[in-house]
Amino acid sequence: MQWLGQFNYYVFAILMMAGIYIAMSRGNLVKKVVGLNIFQASVFLLYISSGKVWGGTAPIMADGLERAISNPLPHVLILTAIVVGIATTSIGLALIVRIKEAHGTVEEDEIAEAEILYEQELAKLDAEAMTQARADAAAAGTTGGKGA
Amino acid sequence: MSTATQAGFSLLASLPALQVVVPMVAAPICTFLRFRNGPWAFALLVSAAVFWISVMLLQQVLTHGVISYEMGGWAPPIGIEYRIDEINAFVLMIVSGISLVSLPYALRSVEREVPRDKHHLFYAGWLLCLCGLLGITITGDAFNIFVFLEISSLATYMLMASGRDPRALTAAFQYLVLGTLGATFILIGVGLLYIMTGTLNIADMADRLGPVSDTTSVRAAAAFLIAGIALKFALFPAHFWLPNGYAYSPSAVAVFLSATATKVSIYVLLRFEFTVFGEVAAFQDLHFARLLLPFAVLAFLIGSMVAIFQTDLKRLLAWSSVAQIGYIVVGIGLGSSDGLTGGIVHIFNHALTKAALFMAAGAMFLRIGSTRIDNLAGVGKIMPWTTLAFVLAGLSLIGVPTTAGFVSKWYLVLAALQHGNAGYFLAALILFSSILAVIYVWRVVEVAYFREPAGDATVREAPLSMLVPLWLLTLACFYFGLETQYSVDIARVAAESLLGIAR
Repeated sequence: MQWLGQFNYYVFAILMMAGIYIAMSRGNLVKKVVGLNIFQASVFLLYISSGKVWGGTAPIMADGLERAISNPLPHVLILTAIVVGIATTSIGLALIVRIKEAHGTVEEDEIAEAEILYEQELAKLDAEAMTQARADAAAAGTTGGKGA
Repeated sequence: MSTATQAGFSLLASLPALQVVVPMVAAPICTFLRFRNGPWAFALLVSAAVFWISVMLLQQVLTHGVISYEMGGWAPPIGIEYRIDEINAFVLMIVSGISLVSLPYALRSVEREVPRDKHHLFYAGWLLCLCGLLGITITGDAFNIFVFLEISSLATYMLMASGRDPRALTAAFQYLVLGTLGATFILIGVGLLYIMTGTLNIADMADRLGPVSDTTSVRAAAAFLIAGIALKFALFPAHFWLPNGYAYSPSAVAVFLSATATKVSIYVLLRFEFTVFGEVAAFQDLHFARLLLPFAVLAFLIGSMVAIFQTDLKRLLAWSSVAQIGYIVVGIGLGSSDGLTGGIVHIFNHALTKAALFMAAGAMFLRIGSTRIDNLAGVGKIMPWTTLAFVLAGLSLIGVPTTAGFVSKWYLVLAALQHGNAGYFLAALILFSSILAVIYVWRVVEVAYFREPAGDATVREAPLSMLVPLWLLTLACFYFGLETQYSVDIARVAAESLLGIAR
């Protein structure tokens, strides 16, 4: 029954792999963010599990209390990591909102198509501006010549 | 413990804390400055202060040796320690110096590329990014590295997406996914090391790692750390975020990030590779960075080749960054004193060179409104000073003698030649990749000088506020190519202290 004692760590490994898989394989950007969240949450589990002492209670220091306590440091570390995770999620979602505004979709393949169209549009505008500028220069050159 | 230092507040003794705290406190203040150019002036002022602090720190380290600063008066290994030796003092100076030089440049560039009502947030993000990068470098605590890494990364995602180009949004999102994966890998690695050693202090970790070094957990920790850090500095197979990220973000951001962000991640690699795992016998056989060598070689070969075929100048420079990171990792992977010196000095030289090149590209974007190479026809005649600086910095990128790029490649080739036949082959590959660099720089030179300008009379030379930083960095490329006293000597001291030779 030793594996039961490592139950948390098995869950950590499964969640971690599921999270990475979702983040890498899904085409929907929101699902990618969810995958990242699951991945980060799995690491929280790893840290917190490592701090557990069997039979230990909450780490509160008081005079006259001699008892086993769980290691509080991983908990504190993970509080910081949770904050980081929330910040990452919010920036990710904010970016998704702006991507939706710019391209009208949150699907990766459709965004790729929209970007190709955007680049073609840019190239076309550039080419037009170039020919226009050359024509202007040529016109300026001929009129200037006539004037002189 | 440290009542003596706390009794009288001494500015000099508090410099390590101020290095990080000044930009951190400045960032929220910056968001309140809504008047014209206010945020910019404030960021410049803070950057100057931070640069002064880093110079003072480097001087102190070079004269008095390692500085250990106890955050809040809590003694390590329980408290967080800021530990500054030669190598991170050197990296601190690079990061804060580049920030100081690129901020004057940013003024006009950001005015054009970032909406005006976002300027205060842009410069606040810049300061936060600076704070994070300096924090990663200065701290002696493994978990603190992760926290600062995320501070700088979160600010970076925002900076990248702050421009008007919609492609920057997807690039920033892609970097957010890969960057978070990388940072979380680092978090797992640090967690496993903490479980095995019971400490987060890097120096303490190295001491306690000996008895448990030959366990699966520690090997897994090393693997997670290396993979995570490699994602962060865009080593070849994990480089996908970099080209688009640099190409579509505002020019000033590309200048700042290309010169600092990846370099700091490489410093983290050095720290874990040599300080934490370096003295453990089981890892000396394995030599993790050597495992990165094949990837590094592929990075500089493929990076240079792909750069040749780019149609956009900023993308070309970004791909060349992938290649240059390859060179740096080659130096680290060789593991010898010369190799490491070459790698570290290339961190510095490439920061100068690539910042100058991105500045030139950004100046062209300001005036022409595009960095597509076809649109840059005849730019050498319209913007002679910008283009000349681009060509000179390009020479440094190639590694022509008398430039900074030559100095670092010289050391890399020297180190490669010490490794027998495989070394000759490696040296040949480095030289071959330099020839590829000649081709992609020449492509730009050809378009810039040998084609007729489109004839748009409104295009003129870049403003002085951009030319001065650009030329400052370009001249620095040559100064540090001829006068190697500062760059190479400091890099050598740093390399030897990492390898434990000086001890």
